[in-house]
Amino acid sequence: MAVLKTILYLLVFPGILFLFVYSTFVEWFDRKVYARLQNRMGPTHTGKSGLLQPIADFVKLMAKEDVVPDAADRKLFTALPVVGLAVVLTAGLLLPVWNIDLAAASPVSFPGDVIVLLYMLSLPTLILFLAGWSSTNAFSIIGGTRVLTMLFGYEVPLFLAVLSPAVLAGSWRLAEIAAFYRAHPLLILVNLLGFGVALIAVQAKLERTPFDIPHAETEIVGGTFTEYSGKKLAFFRLMSDVELVVAAGLLATVFLGGCGSGLITAFVQFILQTLFIVFLLSELRAVTGRIRVDQVVSFAWKWLAPLAVLQLLIVILIKGFVL
Amino acid sequence: MSFQIPIGPQHPALKEPISIRLTVEGEVIKDADLRLGYNHRGVEKLAEEKSWIQNIYLCERICGICSHSHATCFVQGAERLLEIVPPRRGVYLRYLVSELERVHSHLLWLGVAGHEAGFDTFFMYTWRDREVVMDLLEMISGNRVHYAINTLGGVRRDIDETLRQKILDGLAVLKARSEYYFKIGAAEPTFVARLAGVGRLTKQQAMDLCATGPTAKASGLALDVRKNDPHDFYDEVEFVVPTADTCDVLGRTVVRIKELFESYKICEQILQKLPDGPVAVKAPRKAKPGEVVSRYEAPRGENIHYIVANGTEKPERLKVRAPTLGNYAATIEMLRHGYIADVPLIFAAIDPCICCAERAVDLLDARTGEERTLRFSDLRRMANDRARTLSPKRNVEWPF
Repeated sequence: MAVLKTILYLLVFPGILFLFVYSTFVEWFDRKVYARLQNRMGPTHTGKSGLLQPIADFVKLMAKEDVVPDAADRKLFTALPVVGLAVVLTAGLLLPVWNIDLAAASPVSFPGDVIVLLYMLSLPTLILFLAGWSSTNAFSIIGGTRVLTMLFGYEVPLFLAVLSPAVLAGSWRLAEIAAFYRAHPLLILVNLLGFGVALIAVQAKLERTPFDIPHAETEIVGGTFTEYSGKKLAFFRLMSDVELVVAAGLLATVFLGGCGSGLITAFVQFILQTLFIVFLLSELRAVTGRIRVDQVVSFAWKWLAPLAVLQLLIVILIKGFVL
Repeated sequence: MSFQIPIGPQHPALKEPISIRLTVEGEVIKDADLRLGYNHRGVEKLAEEKSWIQNIYLCERICGICSHSHATCFVQGAERLLEIVPPRRGVYLRYLVSELERVHSHLLWLGVAGHEAGFDTFFMYTWRDREVVMDLLEMISGNRVHYAINTLGGVRRDIDETLRQKILDGLAVLKARSEYYFKIGAAEPTFVARLAGVGRLTKQQAMDLCATGPTAKASGLALDVRKNDPHDFYDEVEFVVPTADTCDVLGRTVVRIKELFESYKICEQILQKLPDGPVAVKAPRKAKPGEVVSRYEAPRGENIHYIVANGTEKPERLKVRAPTLGNYAATIEMLRHGYIADVPLIFAAIDPCICCAERAVDLLDARTGEERTLRFSDLRRMANDRARTLSPKRNVEWPF
């Protein structure tokens, strides 16, 4: 039974199948919200209201010719999309969405999993940098260096902002943090500042406007992805979609109190919370323009990092004097 | 580490082929160079083969955005050579279309600027509202892009009272939307952060490098043919030439939005003062020998047509100086010491129309860099020889 449960967990929910279907749905949702905010229709043709468009895009890319540049390191160039997708799918397994039994810890829920999840979310950034670098294309190299430059800006504020709710909850385990906030819903309000910082940092991590600098089309063509095509590009795009789901799931767990314990309630809550966060991220994408990479770093250290530290300070004070 | 980055001839930021060579160190541009000649169409040669009336429609096709500008510039000159004076109603309608075209061009530019700055929502909004003015132009002339309203001695179509009212209604809508864009263009933090201080061009540099249009106006030079040389119409309406002293892309944005308001003002005055009478007079087929320089303030800057007549039905020579050409020298200066991220914005800020400005092709030997002059038939033979004898070359080194 336990084996069957593990297999279900790995392959169906919240494993590969669910993450694939849900991430394509989230991409559709993001595109639709973005389009409606711009007075456009967004996807309409494939499936009902264009629901199948991201899957159609994926299938189309899988069927396209796959070109590897002569000068590129063939093995690295090919391995990166697969590894990247594997990393974010693994990160998805760490989200406490179903088999949360606080007493009998399952292998994917352990003290410190919030740190592991954050590190797993950092890996795609490194993979994108390597992808840009190994493409040996001037545009890709610039894209790759921009990926890393941005990382120095948003990573610290993101860690500080995500860890302060954990400090308040007194646990490094995602399931316990969520359980703590479900028990004390009012304390969610304490972390609002951190939530804002984390939203912006996640937007930067996911390289969406105003932080879509590494693949700024009008400046450096496809940026890191310039030389990628066919299956490899499809994998990278799926990686970004899954990363969006995982990042939204992380924020939902840490800042919004996560999901309940039943299968259906957990499922519904997970969907609603992640869609809410994706909606906020789409809104942010629609109302801003792209900024420059030096502006990202200075913005992150002038505003995001101090605000994240302030949030940590608030949490420590509340923990010391109120609780 | 400094290396060269090719922007173009094919690049997503460029709607038309041009090659910008950048020498960069990290994200900072150390040097820039422009190479033209990818879109040469031989318009001037073709003009010598066509009659005066046919040339109006040829000139209209020099540019797809400011089509009316080139046609009007040519017609102004041709009318002087043919010694005809268009009736007042015709003149008023001609410049009504001119100002509406300026509105459509500037709204288009705002969208492009938004897109280059990664602010696609702004792009979608401005282009949606641009439809209003496109529809007005279609109602007046029957066409959305190449209006073909000019003819020698006036315009081809009249407007009636219902259409006059519709234009006024459309202008009211556009005015309200433009005020909103003015707020966004000058206040949206990420947008302004991208535009301010980018692509600096001082007043002295703008003067030395012959910048024109909004590029010059944003550097504090009130250069506008409509004011400096108000040919046969612009002294009858009231408007000001907006300038900015920030000398950057933000200034160019602000100038363009302010020009929108001036154009609305001019359109309203035209519609109020519109005289009665015919819209065109009959033009002779032949022009007496002579030459004329015609100037016109296109949305992008000063447009100059130099026309020579030799007493036949066709012009002897037509020389077109499109405003984009006047701004290239300033562009290189603006690109220097900027960031790669700002290249599309700086280049887009002159509102480049590359095919309008292409007048010549340089033939360079790819290996030696030697410049040559060839007959077209020789060039074709060389190309055929090469295609037969040479295997395709891999890893061609760029730039040649």
